[in-house]
Amino acid sequence: MDEVDLEVRRGECVGLLGPNGAGKTTTIEMLEGLIAPDAGEVRILGLNWAGEGRALRQQLGVQLQETRLPDKLTVIEILRTFRSFYDQGSDPEWVLDLVGLRDKHQARTVDLSGGQQQRLALACALIGDPAILFLDEPTTGLDPHARRRIWEVVESFKARGGAVLLTTHYMDEAEKLSDDILIMDHGKVIAHGSPSEIIHSLNAESVVSLRVKGTPDAADLQGLDGIRSIHIEGTQMQLSVMQTDRVLPVLFSTLHDRGLALVDLHIHRPTLEDVFVSLTGRRLRDE
Amino acid sequence: MSRFDELRQLTRMRLLQFVREPEAVFWTFAFPVLLALVLGVAFSNRGSQDVRVGVVPVSATAPWVASLQRAEGIQVVFFEDIASARNKLRSGGLSALVEDRERPLLHFDPSRPEGELARLRVEQALQREPKGDDAPAIQVKVITETGARYIDFLIPGLLGMNLMATGIWGSGFGIVDMRQKKLLKLFTVTPMRRSAFLAAQILSRLIFLVAEVGIIVAFGVFLLSVPFHGSVFLFAMHCILGALCFSGIGLLVSSRARTVEGVSGIMNFVMLPMWLFSGVFFSYERFPEAFHPLIQLLPLTALNDGLRRIMLEGETLGGVAVEMANLSVCTAVTFVLALKLFRWR
Repeated sequence: MDEVDLEVRRGECVGLLGPNGAGKTTTIEMLEGLIAPDAGEVRILGLNWAGEGRALRQQLGVQLQETRLPDKLTVIEILRTFRSFYDQGSDPEWVLDLVGLRDKHQARTVDLSGGQQQRLALACALIGDPAILFLDEPTTGLDPHARRRIWEVVESFKARGGAVLLTTHYMDEAEKLSDDILIMDHGKVIAHGSPSEIIHSLNAESVVSLRVKGTPDAADLQGLDGIRSIHIEGTQMQLSVMQTDRVLPVLFSTLHDRGLALVDLHIHRPTLEDVFVSLTGRRLRDE
Repeated sequence: MSRFDELRQLTRMRLLQFVREPEAVFWTFAFPVLLALVLGVAFSNRGSQDVRVGVVPVSATAPWVASLQRAEGIQVVFFEDIASARNKLRSGGLSALVEDRERPLLHFDPSRPEGELARLRVEQALQREPKGDDAPAIQVKVITETGARYIDFLIPGLLGMNLMATGIWGSGFGIVDMRQKKLLKLFTVTPMRRSAFLAAQILSRLIFLVAEVGIIVAFGVFLLSVPFHGSVFLFAMHCILGALCFSGIGLLVSSRARTVEGVSGIMNFVMLPMWLFSGVFFSYERFPEAFHPLIQLLPLTALNDGLRRIMLEGETLGGVAVEMANLSVCTAVTFVLALKLFRWR
């Protein structure tokens, strides 16, 4: 892990975006006081983990990756247990309303769906009325509807003035929730800024993805005007492009000259994923 | 693929699943052999299975004492007074007891498997006496009073075994389960006091204890007329010490284990010797004398011995102090070690 500088303001969310193994969980667990840094120190809200841990924990809400809450306990029993850990906090019933589990409050955890279990985990993180909420891959493995419900809860927390630190390998999640994004890879921050700043750093108006019959070579397109970056994977090419309307005709004729027949073509506005690909040559979801 | 191949593959799959589960292999093959070995030592035919016969008092010099000592298949043990000999008989350490009176008085319990055998051997030994006419006729006292039956021996043993099993499983299994599911890790990022967490484990254990002891003792005393001679308070203290000691052991074995499967193996490994040696179902005096000091070190032996003496013999604090000290030391050592080693993640 290299040095990471983070600023999370009230009412804002900072997203750590990167593929699995990028060091996001290590970073967030260092901030949560679970892992001691090899060098340097972690200060949150002006408090240091060494010596002020308990006071600090009173102010934090944490959802960990892969926690399984006790199967045989009901939603409300679990929430009351977590409430008892905090000097000050919210009423369990109110938090259940917040995460949309009011009608499930007598249900056992084992009977909840994946999305409901994850919202219960979120409720446990929110019960102490935290100033900062740490979310580690909060929607991994959930269906689109369940993911949206989690996002709503996070956004309402931000709207009440809470600060959020999020890790995710979903670019849509990072883009949707974060005001500030750090893209990480191999323990390093490789891009930092607001979602639009990061996307603008590509300096491209659109991303052209195409598949051809034959073996494309980056050198064939290197000199063409308006092409910012080229990424080739087998017969698949991804180009970051400025002035798309001018580039496309030139691109087509070049492919034609090289004897590469076009099979498939997509043009889209650049996303965070495209930035990651152009920076690392890999996709976020590559395992 | 033929039907035969299908059967072959499925059988192979099942066998491999079994063989690659070392625990299952242990319980299926190694455990029965081990059990047979241990029981073999306890019930071995040491010279056509000697029965242990007590003689009271030590100073008895009547000719029948010598005949008993000469007789095959009888091991004579002398006692100072009738009370301690009767206790030994009750706890299963003796199969029969002969008291030196005008005519020798034989005490035995026909409800015990070896009771009748002991009676036969003693009678034969005394009748085979060469002096013939002088041979004293034996008086026989059949022990039927409660406190000396096998069930009286069994109830405290079962209680002790239960305290061990629930203590070790109850404390250990739950903790490893919570660790495996990362719940312990989540707890540590909240302001939860770790001392409160551990205290709750012990407190919940003690609450269960009340019901557990209550049910077993009530069952024995009211339904099976097992006597309860000692102080209820001392008995309760001894139970609590036992429960704490086994909670400590449970905490210790679970302090680092990451998976429930892993800790189950360790728990069985820890419990098995006590289960076999500590006098749950039969007295550990059946094992060779040389093993006794080792067996007495086991916490379950201390618990069982104490429970039996308080319950059946009305023993007071002085008589169970060694056992209580054993349990206290075991509690202290296991708790200190467990807290040192405890892994929250």
